Parts: sequence; structure tokens; C-alpha cells
Amino acid sequence: MSTHFFADTSVMLGRSLRHVTRSMDTIITVTIMPIAFMLLFVYVFGGAIKAGAGHYVNYLMPGILLIAIASGIAYTAFRLFTDLQSGIFERFHSMPIARSSVLWGHVLTSLAANMISVVVIVLVGLLIGFRSSAGVLAWLAVVGILVLFTLTLTWIAVIAGLSAKSADGAGAFAYPIIFLPFISSAFVPTASMPGPVRAFAENQPVTSIVDTIRALFARQPVGHDIWIALAWCAGVLVVAYVLAMMAYRRKIA
Amino acid sequence: MEASTTALQVRGLEKSYDKVHVLRGVDFDVARGSIFALLGSNGAGKTTIVRILTTLLKPDSGTASVGGFDVGSQPARVRESISLTGQFAAVDEILTGRENLIMIARLRHVKHAGQIADDLLGRFGLAEAAGRRVSTYSGGMRRRLDIAMSLIGSPQIIFLDEPTTGLDPEGRIEVWKVIQNLADSGTTVFLTTQYLDEAEKLADRIAILHQGTIIVSGTLANLRKLLPPAKAEYVERQPTLEEIFLAITGSDNSDTKEPR
Repeated sequence: MSTHFFADTSVMLGRSLRHVTRSMDTIITVTIMPIAFMLLFVYVFGGAIKAGAGHYVNYLMPGILLIAIASGIAYTAFRLFTDLQSGIFERFHSMPIARSSVLWGHVLTSLAANMISVVVIVLVGLLIGFRSSAGVLAWLAVVGILVLFTLTLTWIAVIAGLSAKSADGAGAFAYPIIFLPFISSAFVPTASMPGPVRAFAENQPVTSIVDTIRALFARQPVGHDIWIALAWCAGVLVVAYVLAMMAYRRKIA
Repeated sequence: MEASTTALQVRGLEKSYDKVHVLRGVDFDVARGSIFALLGSNGAGKTTIVRILTTLLKPDSGTASVGGFDVGSQPARVRESISLTGQFAAVDEILTGRENLIMIARLRHVKHAGQIADDLLGRFGLAEAAGRRVSTYSGGMRRRLDIAMSLIGSPQIIFLDEPTTGLDPEGRIEVWKVIQNLADSGTTVFLTTQYLDEAEKLADRIAILHQGTIIVSGTLANLRKLLPPAKAEYVERQPTLEEIFLAITGSDNSDTKEPR
């Protein structure tokens, strides 16, 4: 059973990666939208935003990457929902395969697709002036945090995909997550915000993640932000995973 | 009942959803290599039985053994013995027909996946459409692909849940041929249908599910005996609409949506 886990998961991964590459709209939304945001903020709003010295794109980059991931995982929920609707989920479950490979195929696809869009966005960022003095270790740390963030959101997407009643519902859960970076330190420093908003912004997960990545890019000390960021991601990941497994068991009861 | 001649053995199966008591003690046996048709109206619980026998759903009580393995305690062994063609063609729309078959072959860990896919595409009249995405297929083509996917790995028992629902007359006849060939080659076929003529044409044994239990089961000859003996009556035999349709469309196999 579990002896086939890796072989089966790679078949599932290959299948759903084809779904990604064959539906151009998902690629466009996942990479073009955040790039448009980046251009908009750098060339339209950026001039009026006081976010310290240096190019504004350097300040902006971490938040844009998180927005890209948050919009990317909506498609994970959508693809999972479609599998349940079409009956192919049940077909897989009636076959002699490692059953967990069905979910893991979607999770790994989400990871791969989001990392591709992250790379594309960083490359576009380089074209418009993004520069980082980060060394290899700092880059690895950034990648690690983004992977953890993606996994966390992906398991939330799995809950949504398994329990949604409609295709729209499966993707709708992502909107509040996409919105979170706007009320954080992603675009403007939190110091300019009025009291309650500032309190929310400074204590929600995105700010600690954004600040950590920004510090890593700028070769600054990450302080205790990195631990808060990791604790948020790991904590939400565990809760989301447990809830996703409960939703999964309900489906295959 | 010896395990060697019995493919399926179901005893006292019960299942409720919330407060609806769908199955109220279902019993039947299916002999190895036979075609067994489960008849019942919509909502009678046919799909519930299929889902229990294919390890997708746990019964509230009762036992079921499939290919000699208990669905509750040996689900993995059951899955090795069976294949399911569900009520709605469970094919991947974004992949091509050939990719769908190769995917299933790889999941069943059979060798030469590509060759198996090509053989099946030929057998099911899908060779020309092999490289096209399934989303462009007609209903009949999808259903044929769906059944072809179920044959990979040569499972001993195949479950077909309303395999001809939504098909045109030619599509139905195609599927009937496939089912007959399966049984001829020794595969046990468990078929659910709401079309009485389908059961009459194909099945070795027929069971009727009504209000949660099997109210009658047996061969067609057995079931006929339940009614008063046949009387000889003179009736002018008019062609059925199906016969007319098939005669004027004049094809016994149409692969593609009409060419323009």
C-alpha cells in the first residue's frame, strides 16, 4: 500500500501539473495579477508612499509574493473540488493505490505552481529595479518561509476544496487571505495607520512574514520576527492539516 | 457457498443517511464470471450498494465480501480485485483519452502502459480521438473511455453503475457488447440499471431492489414464473422506435459528433 506512495503521488502530481499548464487563465491570474499590482504600486502609488530609503520595489516585493501565493491556492481548492464533482476522486479511491497520494498530488502541485510564479515575479522585479544583497543562506531562508507559507495556505485550500458546495465557494475563501497583506506592513509602514488598524496590522501573521523576508533580502537582522512568522505558519499549518483530514474522512466515510 | 464460485456475497446490508433508511437488510450472491443486474428506480439505493462494495462507503451493519475479501476488514485486497465505472463518466477532461488510460495503467502498476493504452483505444474505437482532450468527446465516447479505463489491470470483478444512462441507442448497444465480451472472458460484471430491457438482454441473474431490500432475484426465467403463465395472443408486431431509429440512421457505430 504505502510502498506505492511515491510512485502514485508522482502520477497524481504529473496529472494535476498538466491541469495547471493547460489552463492558461490560472497561470495568468497567478502571475500576471501580482505583477500588475507590483507595477501599479511602484509606478503609480509608490511615489507618494514613504517607506524608507531605497527603491520602493524592494519594500514591496515580499508582500507581492504573498499575494501571488494567496491567489494561487484558490486554484488548488478549485481543482480538488472539480475532482470530487467529476467522480474521478471516487474512481481513484476505489483503486489499489496509496489513497493519500490523491491529496498529496494536489498539495505538491500547489507548491510547484506557486514556486514557479514566485520565480517569475522576482525576475520581473529584477527588471524594474528590485535588488537584494542577500547571500545564499538568506535566500534559502526566504525560500523556506515561502514554502512553509504555501503549504499552510494549501492545506486551508484543501479544507475549502473538500467541503465547498459550489466551484465559486471553493475559490472564495482565498479573498480574505489575498486581502490580508493590504492591512499589514506589506505596502506601507504600519506606523502611519490609525490605532486599531495598526494594532491589527502589527499582530496578524502577514506582517511578521513580510518583515522577516524584507530583512533577509536587505541583509538586516531578522530579530524575533522570524520566530513569530514561523510560529504563525506552523501553528496554522497544523490546525489546517487536522481540519483538512477531518473533512477528508467525512468525504470517504 | 464456496468462495471459489462466488464473486460477491452480501448479507444483511443496512445503511442510513441521516434519517433515511436506504438499505434495510440486503442479501444476494453473485457467481463468478456471471453478469448480475441490480434493478431499481431512482433513489432505490443501487449506488449506495455499489459504493459499499467498492469500499467507498461503510455499511451501518451487515457484511459483504468481494472476490473472497471482506470490504470492512480487507478493503485494500478488495480494491485489487475490482474496478468501478461510476454513474457519471469519471474521466479527466483536461487530459487526452490516451493520457487518461496511461494514468490509470501507471496507478495500477502495470507494465507497458503506453501499449495497453493504444490497444484499448483501438478496441473501443477511440484511436482517432486518442490525442484529443476528453472535454471534446461526445457522451458515448466518454463512456467508452470510462469503461476502457476500468479494464486496465484485468480486475476480476467490474462494477458498472448505470453505464448506459444518458447514451443514445447506438451508444447503449456499444456498451452492451463490451459488457457481453467481458463476461465471455470470465470477468464478473455487477451492473445497476433502471432500464428493464438492459437487464433482460444482458444479465444471467437479476435482482430487484425496492424499499431497501431485494424483493426478488433469480434468472429471467425464474422471474417470469412469478407472473401467471404466458397466454398466446395475436398482436401485430410494429417496429419499435429504437429499431426505426437504428434503421434510418443506419450506423452501428458513430464515433464523433456529427461532421460538418
